[in-house]
Amino acid sequence: MSQLTVNGIRVDDTFAEAFGMRATALTITAHSAAWAHQAAITMTGFATSVIGCGCEAGIDRSLKPDETPDGRPGVRVLLFAVSTSELQKQLQNRVGQCVLTSPGSACYAGLEAKEELKLGNALRFFGDGWQVSKRLGNRRYWRIPVMDGEFVCNATTGLTKDAVGGGNIIVMGASGETTLAATERAVEAIAAVPDVILPFPGGIVRSGSKVGSKYKGVIASTNDMFCPTLKGSGRSALDSDVASVLEIVIDGLTSTAVAEAMRAGMRAILTLGPERGALRITAGNYGGKLGPHHYHLKDLLP
Amino acid sequence: MSALIFTLREEPLQRVDLAPLTPDRLLGLSESKIAAIELQTTRVRLCAGDLFKIRMGDTMQIQFEGGHERFDRVGAGMTNGEINVAGDVGIQAGRLMRGGRLTIGGTAGPWAASGMKAGTVTISGHAGERIGGPLPGETVGMRGGVVVVRGDAGARAGDRMRRGLIIVEGRTGIHPGSRMIAGTLVVRGRTGSLPGYLMNRGSIFAMNGSDAVSPTFADSGVHELVANSLLASYIQPYSADVAAILRRPWRRLIGDMAVIGKGEIFCPAVPN
Repeated sequence: MSQLTVNGIRVDDTFAEAFGMRATALTITAHSAAWAHQAAITMTGFATSVIGCGCEAGIDRSLKPDETPDGRPGVRVLLFAVSTSELQKQLQNRVGQCVLTSPGSACYAGLEAKEELKLGNALRFFGDGWQVSKRLGNRRYWRIPVMDGEFVCNATTGLTKDAVGGGNIIVMGASGETTLAATERAVEAIAAVPDVILPFPGGIVRSGSKVGSKYKGVIASTNDMFCPTLKGSGRSALDSDVASVLEIVIDGLTSTAVAEAMRAGMRAILTLGPERGALRITAGNYGGKLGPHHYHLKDLLP
Repeated sequence: MSALIFTLREEPLQRVDLAPLTPDRLLGLSESKIAAIELQTTRVRLCAGDLFKIRMGDTMQIQFEGGHERFDRVGAGMTNGEINVAGDVGIQAGRLMRGGRLTIGGTAGPWAASGMKAGTVTISGHAGERIGGPLPGETVGMRGGVVVVRGDAGARAGDRMRRGLIIVEGRTGIHPGSRMIAGTLVVRGRTGSLPGYLMNRGSIFAMNGSDAVSPTFADSGVHELVANSLLASYIQPYSADVAAILRRPWRRLIGDMAVIGKGEIFCPAVPN
């Protein structure tokens, strides 16, 4: 594969292949920023990959009191799934079990869109008849009595069908330490990009997968071409100087947001340089036939 | 383009029905056509041109220079645009409004905003009784939109209200929010006796207390609710003073237990 070298780091001339997804956004608020984060973290837990979790979810950013509908500190959360029905199911379960239950929380639509998902309209039944509907302008809210007061949420939230899941950067380095340092820099840089999340732990996945397996019924298995302990297998994609590989997976509400996130991540990695960070970066794809969105690394260079 | 102006020539000798003079109904009409619109409510014919001096302008902005207690149904059924009245109006101003802005510089008679569905009505002076309420025989009052009364409102403000918001910056007469189905009635001043009489659902703010609260409302303690801060943000552009006070903790009374008891009255934490 042809490569470019930028600031001493090898950049493969390849592309990340991503898929269309359904997504929504929520604004979660609470009495304090800490409790808003707690609700958001709980709600977006076990949501790393649609393969096993039903959805991919994460925190987009923290919101100051003047950015939220009720004037309290908040967090913007994004939720991605492969179908509208699955997204609806995940939204209802996760808000119902993780946000409704969190002390002092409230939950609002984080996305304005023509198509909508049920939010309070699904949760209101928890009120057992004591729930109160309030329409203020074009927005309808549900007030559900709970043990610390009221849980307030919008009746609906917006649904986008233009979301993209699976933008990625694969980072290769001389040691676990330097590879992680470079990837962490990229995660930090991507955090500043709006409308994207990195669904894996701390934004990083160490067990990148390929489609299929030698075992029947297993739909994904370890990406052996990028496992440093298998460099001698004959199928390895790794150079002799690479000892560790990490991947960043990016989901965004729009294709532009995913591209911007990849650009920000690559800039951070390339700026850090090869001594303290990565030796080489590449991206994962399936030959370009499966996903409609292709992000060529050379187009996203800083 | 400047506003279409109706200047009152002299005080009308009969009650007049001004419902035909709304932005949507005047759209595309010439001055002579507008002048020929009949406004009488008796057998004595009275046309717009007889009552008003007309200065043509944008029909989306209608200005009445001078009002009168006999100006009935101003802005009734309007769907868009603006009507400003520099003076008083009679009964049913803004009745069944579906959009647009109606601003009344003076006082409004009974049934202002009656059965209104959307839009905004602002009354700088006082409002008569049954603001937003249904006419006899109707089952539902105001169904949406926002009404702001800078002065006082008469008895039964928000009667049978179903949705929307009424803000009264002054006081109200007896039975504000009577038979409310839902919606929100905010009263900055003191309310007359028995607010929320037979209300099913809905919210009434009696910010300065009430002359007498029905024993069919049950005290549910003092709370600082997120829902009230959302309401405060919504009210802010209409009445900044009321919005500021709304963010305080309020005592919540639930009722009317004489009916289904799913309504609420918010009143001061310490009764006054």
